[in-house]
Amino acid sequence: MELILALGIGVLAGSGVWLLLRPRTFQVIIGLSLLSYAVNLFIVAMGRLKLGAPPLLEHGTAGDPANYADPVPQALVLTAIVIGFATTALFLVVLLASRGLTGTDHVEGREPGS
Amino acid sequence: MDHLVIVPIVLPLLAGAAMVLLGERRRNAKAALGLVSTLALLVVAVVLLQLANSPADEGPPALRVYLLGNWPSLFGIVLVADRLAAMMLVLTSLLGLAALVFSFARWHRAGIHFHPLVQFQLMGLNGAFLTGDLFNLFVFFEVMLAASYGLAMHGSGTARVRAGLHYIAINLTASLLFLIGVSLIYAVAGTLNMADLATRIPRIASQDRALLEAGAAVLGVAFLIKAAMWPLGFWLPTTYAVASAPSAALLSILSKVGVYAVLRLWLLLFGEGAGDVAGFGGTWLLAGGLATIAFGSIAVLATQDMSRLAGACVLVSSGTLLAAIGTGKVAVTGGALLYLASSVLAIGAFFLLIELIERGREVGADVLAVTREAFGEGEEEEPEEEVGVAIPATMAILGMSFMGCALVLAGMPPLSGFLAKFAMLAPLLPLAAAGGGEGGVPAASWALIAALILSGLATVVAMIRTGINTFWAATDGVVPRVGLIEIAPVALLLSLCVGLTVGAGPAMDYMQATAWSLHAPQDYVRAVLSAPRTGEGGG
Repeated sequence: MELILALGIGVLAGSGVWLLLRPRTFQVIIGLSLLSYAVNLFIVAMGRLKLGAPPLLEHGTAGDPANYADPVPQALVLTAIVIGFATTALFLVVLLASRGLTGTDHVEGREPGS
Repeated sequence: MDHLVIVPIVLPLLAGAAMVLLGERRRNAKAALGLVSTLALLVVAVVLLQLANSPADEGPPALRVYLLGNWPSLFGIVLVADRLAAMMLVLTSLLGLAALVFSFARWHRAGIHFHPLVQFQLMGLNGAFLTGDLFNLFVFFEVMLAASYGLAMHGSGTARVRAGLHYIAINLTASLLFLIGVSLIYAVAGTLNMADLATRIPRIASQDRALLEAGAAVLGVAFLIKAAMWPLGFWLPTTYAVASAPSAALLSILSKVGVYAVLRLWLLLFGEGAGDVAGFGGTWLLAGGLATIAFGSIAVLATQDMSRLAGACVLVSSGTLLAAIGTGKVAVTGGALLYLASSVLAIGAFFLLIELIERGREVGADVLAVTREAFGEGEEEEPEEEVGVAIPATMAILGMSFMGCALVLAGMPPLSGFLAKFAMLAPLLPLAAAGGGEGGVPAASWALIAALILSGLATVVAMIRTGINTFWAATDGVVPRVGLIEIAPVALLLSLCVGLTVGAGPAMDYMQATAWSLHAPQDYVRAVLSAPRTGEGGG
């Protein structure tokens, strides 16, 4: 479990950074998306990995924290997903505006040779 | 009265939401609503400032803790209004007011949704200053940034969209770093409440300390990107230079949010009470600040364009603040806070002023939403030859304002910039009367002293050169038509700088008290952790 998650985060983050440094705007936005997936998984992992454990106490019981998943990272990751979704959408609009205004999808707004 | 703390967040949120519903046609209604909301914000911020400054009835801390949803502060979300937060709120609302009034002349017609964006920008800024836990800091950072993306590209045009693309990409990456840092800190400490973190960090097991420091460092990088520390700040001059004048003035406080976060968190989490990790990263702040001052000074000297000059001044002021914080001395922090206040006001005024000055020199500047490239370089020689009046009143007023900005930014004697720099320099040098038996001044202090003075010199040189080119040599330029509503915000901001100079005594007392409470955060921690719930006993 730990290994799979760690590998997943690593592959996502690596691909994300690679794409982020590419010269085309579409690659940049995909890179940012992959990076944000990696970060979201990372946040979940930072709350300690637990299989099949609910994040909520049952009604009327005191409960032992060892039997429950940490709810805080789950709340954090939900917020992060929502915010990431919104900013990605916004970035997509800017990307299209840039494509429309400059006529190229290079991040500098002009082709390298010109 | 207890709910006053949350007003700076809720009021612009409601105002902005109402404006979105009003639609694009009713611009005057939106402008009036924005003006009312911003003025109310200013009043609330000033009241909070007075409350934070007056000693409370019981106990020394005058800070107010607001528990959202009346949850205990360890479990719920808290807002904390202390001296630093109140000061930043006042600065934000002043800058917001100036930018808003300035935009009434023309800029708020240059694109859609200007007024709601300003309100959401103010909401994000206020929230970031008030929040008492790390994750809400992230949320308010995102609100603030999302609004700033819109404002930075307000007016559209190729240059703005191109710079905005870079700005957004960099800030999205910084937000991801922010999340990584926050989650690392949570993994080690098990809390995100700043006050609770401050109590837990000294007790962290030694094998976890590396993880904590890694988290704090990643988080610090996210803030320093915002504050534009040297290797992380190349985005700033370009973005600010192409943004429309009121947006740029409002955006200029965004870099101070990064400085604020560093100031608050570093002193709270890694202050003297932090045990083994005390002072973590201080040398990095100092070195990075010095490098930023050096880079900013070179940029100030090298730039030919007035907007980029203002961007370079932002870099210099960020570097100065970071380096001054990095020294870790209470008195230097106090001076740095005064510098923060005066540089926020002066840079805001400068960004507004630039547009007025450039209007007389540039053909393109008069036409909204059209960038210089769209006109091409060759069209500067327009046959529009008005009779060269020597120095008409408009030029005289603009020139005086320019001089005021230059004096504050460079830190020359009459105005508050000088007092702030002096307040930072004086504690670095042990005076002869004090004996000086400590064995002299450490090298880092000398470096900071040299950097402060040399950056002031560079700013003076650049400002004088620009001023001569603009006001004395430009007889062929058209005298810009400047409305009262456009020069009034500039005059407001500059007269506040003058006010800071005249009232330097009380202002400096306030800043020193702020610095003391930042360096000794026990009161902050106690006030937050023991904040009483209203209606205690109810579930």
